[in-house]
Amino acid sequence: MIAASLQELSQALGAKKISSVELSTLFLDRIERLNPVLNAFVTVDREKSLKMAREADARIATGTAGPLTGVPIAQKDIFCAEGWTTTCGSKMLANFISPYDATVIRKMHGEAGMVSLGKTNMDEFAMGSSNETSYFGPVRNPWDRERVPGGSSGGSAAAVAARLAPAATGTDTGGSIRQPAALCNLTGLKPTYGVVSRYGMIAFASSLDQGGPMARSAEDCALLLNTMVGFDERDSTSLDRPIEDYTRELGEKSGDKPLAGLRIGLPKEFFAAGCDDDVMAAVQAAIAEYEKLGAICVEVSLPNSHLSVPAYYVIAPAEASSNLSRFDGVRYGYRAPEYGSLDDMYMKTRAQGFGAEVKRRILIGAYVLSHGYYDAYYLQAQRIRRLIANDFIEAFKLCDVILGPTSPSTAFKLGEKAADPVQMYLSDIYTIAVNLAGLPGMSVPCGFAGELPVGLQLIGNYFDEARLLNVAHRYQQATDWHRRSPLGIE
Amino acid sequence: MSLTLEQVQRIALLARIEISESEAQTTRNHLNGIFELIEQMQAVDTAGVEPMAHAQDLGQRLRDDAVTEADRRAAFQAVAPETEAGLYLVPKVIE
Repeated sequence: MIAASLQELSQALGAKKISSVELSTLFLDRIERLNPVLNAFVTVDREKSLKMAREADARIATGTAGPLTGVPIAQKDIFCAEGWTTTCGSKMLANFISPYDATVIRKMHGEAGMVSLGKTNMDEFAMGSSNETSYFGPVRNPWDRERVPGGSSGGSAAAVAARLAPAATGTDTGGSIRQPAALCNLTGLKPTYGVVSRYGMIAFASSLDQGGPMARSAEDCALLLNTMVGFDERDSTSLDRPIEDYTRELGEKSGDKPLAGLRIGLPKEFFAAGCDDDVMAAVQAAIAEYEKLGAICVEVSLPNSHLSVPAYYVIAPAEASSNLSRFDGVRYGYRAPEYGSLDDMYMKTRAQGFGAEVKRRILIGAYVLSHGYYDAYYLQAQRIRRLIANDFIEAFKLCDVILGPTSPSTAFKLGEKAADPVQMYLSDIYTIAVNLAGLPGMSVPCGFAGELPVGLQLIGNYFDEARLLNVAHRYQQATDWHRRSPLGIE
Repeated sequence: MSLTLEQVQRIALLARIEISESEAQTTRNHLNGIFELIEQMQAVDTAGVEPMAHAQDLGQRLRDDAVTEADRRAAFQAVAPETEAGLYLVPKVIE
């Protein structure tokens, strides 16, 4: 059961081969056994989970179940869930029990009837690429416990890779779904900006943040995405568009060239220096596999992509410095135990409640938005954002999807980049441009460098998730990289 | 560009984050490293390029001016550090 796909779990539950309580208990027991080593979950509440499982079993018994009713899932601790501690990886929210559900949680618990197994560890306020900035300690990569799982959705990635959960939610502001998916051999999807509601998803950079699924296959991601999307009047940037079935292109297809005619764009900038050779070798092998499946590869160019990291580290901190001003020790979360004036209370609360990386980004944001610097930094970054988005518009005139590496390296060692913020930021050189443009992007397992997994990034045009999932799915039908599990897990 | 310690303290004040003198030194080094990365932007001629604030070029949606939320003050204040009689308590601001 721990190796089963969501489709298989759904069928087993529907055929009453296993109950949701039994299935959830199986995963909760694994969490109890393995989490002390991996630190993938920060909150587990067996009673709450089993109550949801009993409700799901009742729905299955009365024939009112949906396709994922009773299926367990791990929730990134950035999503508010009523009655659950919701920390966002921060001391600031270590004692925060959410009084309400995020829209994504409400959809999964309510309409879909899924069972949350707990809340997963993450970089503090989703700021990080290694999960080392969490107040609750780093997560260990199940493929090599001396290495990072990536971030910021590192707990979700480690949980699914170690089969502590069949799937998980993540969020992606600059690569936080795709990079940990790559480093832990998972399939992860960041949807088009505006497709998944941000209500109740603790804000980092509001014009970039987007929730999405992390699972073992494109098929599983498609099923999860179906439960996550939809217009939400409580999110001012939620898009009101017709509901799609993201599994619609994944059905049986005859012939050995299921991707015949698909034009894959290879941005020359993603294949230049800067990527480890063993990662590039796996990506090149994936390109050859795609050609066998009928795809045609064309060279495209994203000439401003080298500016995505600099522009992002103006825009994201600027938005973060504004968003995180709400953590002031007044309405929720941490308050310093001793203080004098109101200002002193703010200053001590925020000094003690935030970790070093979060403080750095707030300071950058405060600086680039301050009088005299706004034009040179913030406006310039927004203009470069436009150039980056325009590059993609041009590239998609020549191709249907864009392909390249997800991350320039495989999982690095714990502590290896922790002392140098700039080195850490460069972990996301291939993912950030996608957030700036607001496009959908995926990471798909495409091989190994030694013992460590390599991720292939697929980028789609706006709202082209169904095609992107199909492109990933056909590759996964022809390869078995995504089925491999870390030693000792299965 | 290189930030001075005074500038770092000034930004920290703007952001309402207390930093000690020894922290300010480390913070300054890290911020200067990050700004070195950011400075790559300055070489780009962006004259005439429309700034992009958002992934979707859409205006903000308007809604009816109507009450849509239930009163859940007690639930929301249950997570506050200090409240009294439905009010959030902070240090005295006006003498």
